[in-house]
Amino acid sequence: MTTHRNSAPAHTRSLPIRQLVLTLLGWSIALIIFFPILWMVLTGFKTESAAIADPRFIFSPTLESYQEVQARSGYARFALNSIAVAFGSTFLALLIAIPSAYAMAFLPTKRTKGTLLWMLSTKMLPPVGVLVPIYLIFRDVGLLDTRTGLIIIYTLMNLPIVVWMLYTFFKDMPKDILEAGRMDGASTLQEVFFLLLPLTLPGIASTGLLSVILSWNEAFWSLNLTSSKAAPLTAYIASFSSPEGLFWAKLSAASTMAIAPILILGWMTQKQMVRGLTFGAVK
Amino acid sequence: MATLQLKNITKQFGDTKVIKGIDLDVNDREFVVFVGPSGCGKSTLMRMIAGLESASDGDILIDGKRMNEVGPADRGLAMVFQSYALYPHMTVEGNMGFSMRLAGVPKEERRAKVLEAAKILQLEPLLDRKPKALSGGQRQRVAIGRAIVRNPIIFLFDEPLSNLDAALRVQMRIELARLHEELDATMIYVTHDQIEAMTMADKIVVLHDGVVEQVGSPMALYHHPRNRFVAGFIGSPKMNFFSVEQQSIGDDGVTVRLPGGRPCTIPVAGEQLASDEALELGIRPEHLQLDENGPLSGQIKVLERLGGQNSLYVQMGELLITIMADGDVAYRVNDTVQFGLAAERAHLFDAQGLALESLSQHPLASLTRQDNRAATEPAAPGAQV
Ligand SMILES: Nc1ncnc2c1ncn2[C@@H]1O[C@H](COP(=O)(O)OP(=O)(O)O)[C@@H](O)[C@H]1O
Ligand SMILES: [Mg+2]
Repeated sequence: MTTHRNSAPAHTRSLPIRQLVLTLLGWSIALIIFFPILWMVLTGFKTESAAIADPRFIFSPTLESYQEVQARSGYARFALNSIAVAFGSTFLALLIAIPSAYAMAFLPTKRTKGTLLWMLSTKMLPPVGVLVPIYLIFRDVGLLDTRTGLIIIYTLMNLPIVVWMLYTFFKDMPKDILEAGRMDGASTLQEVFFLLLPLTLPGIASTGLLSVILSWNEAFWSLNLTSSKAAPLTAYIASFSSPEGLFWAKLSAASTMAIAPILILGWMTQKQMVRGLTFGAVK
Repeated sequence: MATLQLKNITKQFGDTKVIKGIDLDVNDREFVVFVGPSGCGKSTLMRMIAGLESASDGDILIDGKRMNEVGPADRGLAMVFQSYALYPHMTVEGNMGFSMRLAGVPKEERRAKVLEAAKILQLEPLLDRKPKALSGGQRQRVAIGRAIVRNPIIFLFDEPLSNLDAALRVQMRIELARLHEELDATMIYVTHDQIEAMTMADKIVVLHDGVVEQVGSPMALYHHPRNRFVAGFIGSPKMNFFSVEQQSIGDDGVTVRLPGGRPCTIPVAGEQLASDEALELGIRPEHLQLDENGPLSGQIKVLERLGGQNSLYVQMGELLITIMADGDVAYRVNDTVQFGLAAERAHLFDAQGLALESLSQHPLASLTRQDNRAATEPAAPGAQV
């Protein structure tokens, strides 16, 4: 007991220096990662001439770019598309992935590990490799420039990651609890709805969030498969870069508006995210 | 009525055979304990009975009906898991009432049944708590309560006490025995702890490596183990074993030469013995006595004073022999002691490890827990006079 009491202050005394170094390091890395975003936000509040002048932090902010961007094209329409496509594809992906992950986690076979690896390996193929066939299929079945088409593509794009994440969360769930449920008379569906989903909710939520974010930020497919009707915010940003040359301030303003919703969502749910991503480790 | 029969049950995981053909009869209202070392297949066997695992071969009959293809919930059993497996997101009441909620029982009726079970287990003040706000013993009781509420014809317990500390384990052991009386149900209990088996069972099933080594009452297993494995597994401290030489076989038993040369006649049947067959003698620590004129001797290596008793670990040749001795004797480490054995309590094992049959049955060997009760209860009032 006495040794404990003696060692405790010694322990805390050595901490501040270490902690200071670690904190500084953490902040520096965070700043480096965050800087481009910060610069983009700042540029959005500059005039077009200030944006291409020597970089500086101190300037008189203006909403000029935002007004112009807003006047030229309907932000809301693109935003609605982004919301529909990101959430729609996430919902669909979860709907398919939950039963898949259940089967792989609780009824594994010899080939389960292989299947999981194969699924992940599809992410290694550059998407451009399948662009032409997919484009042609979409054109023939009339999915070009539709939200449905994008939802399907995004679902397929995120499915491997969503299944993988859910699989790891489900695997961490004590099997006994599900078996107790089965002894209590739960059907497989009841097992999933009354026990598995409530108990892995943090994991499912963070998986869903990741899927929303990935879909929201996706540009390759949205630029290639949509033109006007179903174009999401990534296409909206791109529309500011092309015909009349580069207008940095407007581009930045548009980008800021495009990422703002997802940043706010991420910020609001960061607790949930961290909890989900460290689920099991701290159980 | 609830009986269980297993007929040549086997279980194979891939290429490994875990259960290698088990036959067993469990009678109505019996408390049956499966005991055996870790990994011998106890849980697997119980999970097959529960329906959580399918049998690779053989039949499982409950009340005479084949249950192999019946789902776990429809066999009328309830199981208490080693990990308790409570639903962490539900309150105690939610946990206990979950089966009824699934079955669509109205809320009031559910509550009434939960309260009834909670009363038996003294859980009433905890009904609104979540499992994580409960102690180990309380969680255990909730798990039992969840089983009781289902009104099963057979209770299954898989090592329910192994996560509790020693004091609580003793208390829960008593409580489970009481529950068995009170609920009048058939119970099957899995443990690796032979003390739990000895204290609670009507019938013990000793499992080893996927086969049944012996089935019998605790006293039958203690006094008449069928083979060397059961002899070594049942009883604490463990039985001592040493090799002996055969001298002669007579009507009063088999006479062997003990280490040190003195003869000793063990009252067991030896007709089937080959004349040169190697024999092993088994004797429990409590059946060895320190005795200046005893035939055996050795040097005390370790001495454990337990108060009422001393455990002496005595080096005899290559072997370390355990002796339970009177606690008041002041032996010391490195003393050399002479000791003798109670020949009628000794066991002889042949080269295959099978016990030679005793010439007489121990009077308590056929005693069951029911007999305990029947013998003591009517006698009690008279005994006070
Ligand atoms: N699902 C399984 N797949 C493969 N082997 C298993 C499985 N379940 C149990 N076993 C094996 O079966 C043997 C018996 O296990 P178990 O019944 O849990 O033993 P016990 O409960 O007696 O400790 C062990 O060797 C274990 O590794
Ligand atoms: Mg076990």
